[in-house]
Amino acid sequence: MAKVIKLRKGLDVNLKGKATKETATVSCPGEYALVPDDFYGVKPKVVVKEGDAVKAGDALFVDKLHPEVKFVSPVSGTVSMVERGDRRKLLSIRVKADEKQEARQFDTKGDLKALMMESGLFAFLRQRPYDVVANPDDAPKAIFVSAFNSMPLSQDFEYVLQGQEAEFQAGLSALAKLAKVYLGVSAKQSAKALTEAKDCEVNIFDGPAPAGNVGVQINHVSPINKGEVVWTLGAEEVIFLGRLLKTGTVDFTRTIALAGSEVKAPKYYKVKVGQKLTTLLDGTINAEGARIISGNVMTGLKTCAEGFLGAHATEVNVIPEGDHADEMLGWIMPRFNTFSTHRSYFSWLLGKKKEYVIDARVKGGERHMIMSGEYDKVFPMDIYAGYLVKAIIAGDIDRQEALGIYEVAPEDFAIAEFVDSSKLELQRIVREGLDILRKENA
Amino acid sequence: MNPIKKLFDNIHPYVEEGGKFHAFRSLVDGFETFAFVPNTTSRVGSVNIHDAIDSKRIMSLVVIALLPALFFGMYNVGYQNALATGHLGDATFWGMFWYGFLAVLPKIIVSYVVGLGIEFTVAQWKNEEIQEGFLVSGIIIPMIVPVTCPLWMLAIAVAFSVILAKEIFGGTGMNIFNPALITRAFLFFSYPSAMTGDAKVWVAQDTILGLGYKATDAYTAATPLGEAAQAGFQGFTPDQIQNAITGLIPGCIGETSVIAIALGGLLLLWTGIASWKTMLSVFVGGAATGYLMQALGLTQIQWYEQLVLGGFAFGAVFMATDPVTSCRTECGKYVYGLLIGFIAVLVRVLNPGYPEGMMLAILLMNLFASLIDYCFVQSNINMRAKRATVK
Repeated sequence: MAKVIKLRKGLDVNLKGKATKETATVSCPGEYALVPDDFYGVKPKVVVKEGDAVKAGDALFVDKLHPEVKFVSPVSGTVSMVERGDRRKLLSIRVKADEKQEARQFDTKGDLKALMMESGLFAFLRQRPYDVVANPDDAPKAIFVSAFNSMPLSQDFEYVLQGQEAEFQAGLSALAKLAKVYLGVSAKQSAKALTEAKDCEVNIFDGPAPAGNVGVQINHVSPINKGEVVWTLGAEEVIFLGRLLKTGTVDFTRTIALAGSEVKAPKYYKVKVGQKLTTLLDGTINAEGARIISGNVMTGLKTCAEGFLGAHATEVNVIPEGDHADEMLGWIMPRFNTFSTHRSYFSWLLGKKKEYVIDARVKGGERHMIMSGEYDKVFPMDIYAGYLVKAIIAGDIDRQEALGIYEVAPEDFAIAEFVDSSKLELQRIVREGLDILRKENA
Repeated sequence: MNPIKKLFDNIHPYVEEGGKFHAFRSLVDGFETFAFVPNTTSRVGSVNIHDAIDSKRIMSLVVIALLPALFFGMYNVGYQNALATGHLGDATFWGMFWYGFLAVLPKIIVSYVVGLGIEFTVAQWKNEEIQEGFLVSGIIIPMIVPVTCPLWMLAIAVAFSVILAKEIFGGTGMNIFNPALITRAFLFFSYPSAMTGDAKVWVAQDTILGLGYKATDAYTAATPLGEAAQAGFQGFTPDQIQNAITGLIPGCIGETSVIAIALGGLLLLWTGIASWKTMLSVFVGGAATGYLMQALGLTQIQWYEQLVLGGFAFGAVFMATDPVTSCRTECGKYVYGLLIGFIAVLVRVLNPGYPEGMMLAILLMNLFASLIDYCFVQSNINMRAKRATVK
């Protein structure tokens, strides 16, 4: 029987527009894009030219420091654009998909790590500390996979898993050859493929968001100490690995949740990594004044309808932007329809069942940290979140280290950032702290 | 379009960089953000949605929580005046309230004008938004001074505390000491005769705009704690304690009524703005020390009397719980509160000079709050260091 870990801290925000459990497929012609920024910490080196023909699984760019780690095209087609920004920073590589899809055939018999690096799957592995793409030279003490996402409007992995159980198990078993694998399962999930998964240690987490964050799970199961490295992989990416081992070709097809209050009929869609969002959003959302988020509403990046699905995004959330709200006297009005964890609003009266529409406004000015204990209430780790943030702001590297920065990723602070009355950009602050530390320790 | 929104939109070009009235940017900005929730949306790379709570609403709620004590204080100023001049029989409720209102209002105005003036100037100078912290300090300050405190003293003290206790540290959220208490401490040590002295200070002695009564000779009324510090004190009568709970005793303007303070305290606890851990442990610390002192025969004051007299309740509810200057770790809050209660009663009982010790206790613990936190944070750090194999 798997161990049940009960988490009390955290917050579930009940947002309107959850995806219903049906899956639509959309035709996927046109352009795909691979965005290097999605693979944080990599120095990209382009290995194709505009006009080159590529197959699904052919490298588009590699990491300068580890050229063996390849970042591959999700489709076969022609490289249509190598988009660069200021100071020739590589923004994206776009591939115009062919009518008839071809995939590169990999030899699945050899060394697993080499296969993963060659086929672009290694690129999906992230490492703690620093929350960057894993370094193939490291020997991780464990690989963590979280089988659920607890954030609002997120994908329900148990639903996505249906019909892909064998691939998922194959992926887990393969990962177990690299290091010990821990699978984090939600108390609400009952699928045997999860609770009775083989070749891994299953832990059940019972609690509100961010219980599904792999960082929280690591902290409770096997906290990262200085000098240790842990790898993490998204649950759907484990399926990618299973597919590769089964067929010898890459298939980056995800079942993502298109959800949010501005989506007309929120449901699941089968899409490929890097797919253009117009294929998904045309006619399915109220585009006027909407904020389209590639990824989750708490952690994802704002993009536009012409944007592309991020490499790690398991959902696309669409919420109102709210930049023309002109709400009067917010500091004193009762604001009955507004969600807040604070008792000066009335959302505590309306029960947990009520679904809220929350727009993208910050709803206040940025201040120094005033209230105490706000972060700790929604930060289910054995870490003083407020003190860690202060240490990062102060640039005190020794103290960051002492307070446990190696265990966290920006996403772990998402809920704390949501409830913060001082409106500090915690995820950005933590990202900067991790970057500085990585540079110092390099 | 909303006419007020339009007005602000019209003003904007004048106060922006290069505009004619750029010097008033922080002022206009301050008013606009109060009139309208800012329409700024989350930046890319941060969380896309936010809780609706912000520091404006928090600070406004604290001000609302202070209002019962403030209004009662106004009434009590009139009541004490009528009592002192022997007119209690013919004074009306509203007559006493308006008298007190007129006596207190100038202090509130001076406190806000001086304090907010400095805040606006600093915000303009640093090109930042106005911080709301002084909204609370500005109303607390008139409530913790005697009614006879001259306005010029108040102005100097407010300026001193806002600049030296807050702004030089970086503004609200960065200060070590509670600015309202620094104001009081400044007055207390610079102008002791106006703050305690010969007990004349607690009662307004003159008419204001025809309201109230003029005392014929200098009338003295000591606070109960002042009385208890005199030689030959034999303990309070039940009547005195009942008056201390309703608040009809001489004292600083807002500190007298335990009932009015409790109303505000309940709002703060309910909304979670004040930590119940801090508040409770101040009372527990005070009661325990009071009991001990009485058992040792050092004082005639009962332990429960310590909690309702003087500034104890006001300090415990509104000042010790200031999130910025109190402990930030949850365990630290217990230690912090207990020590405040302990020191406050200790000063009251053992110090012959000052009958009241709450202000000094809180200021002293403000200083030690970081040290208490340090111990708890350090234990977390040690736990992590112990786990690590690489040093």
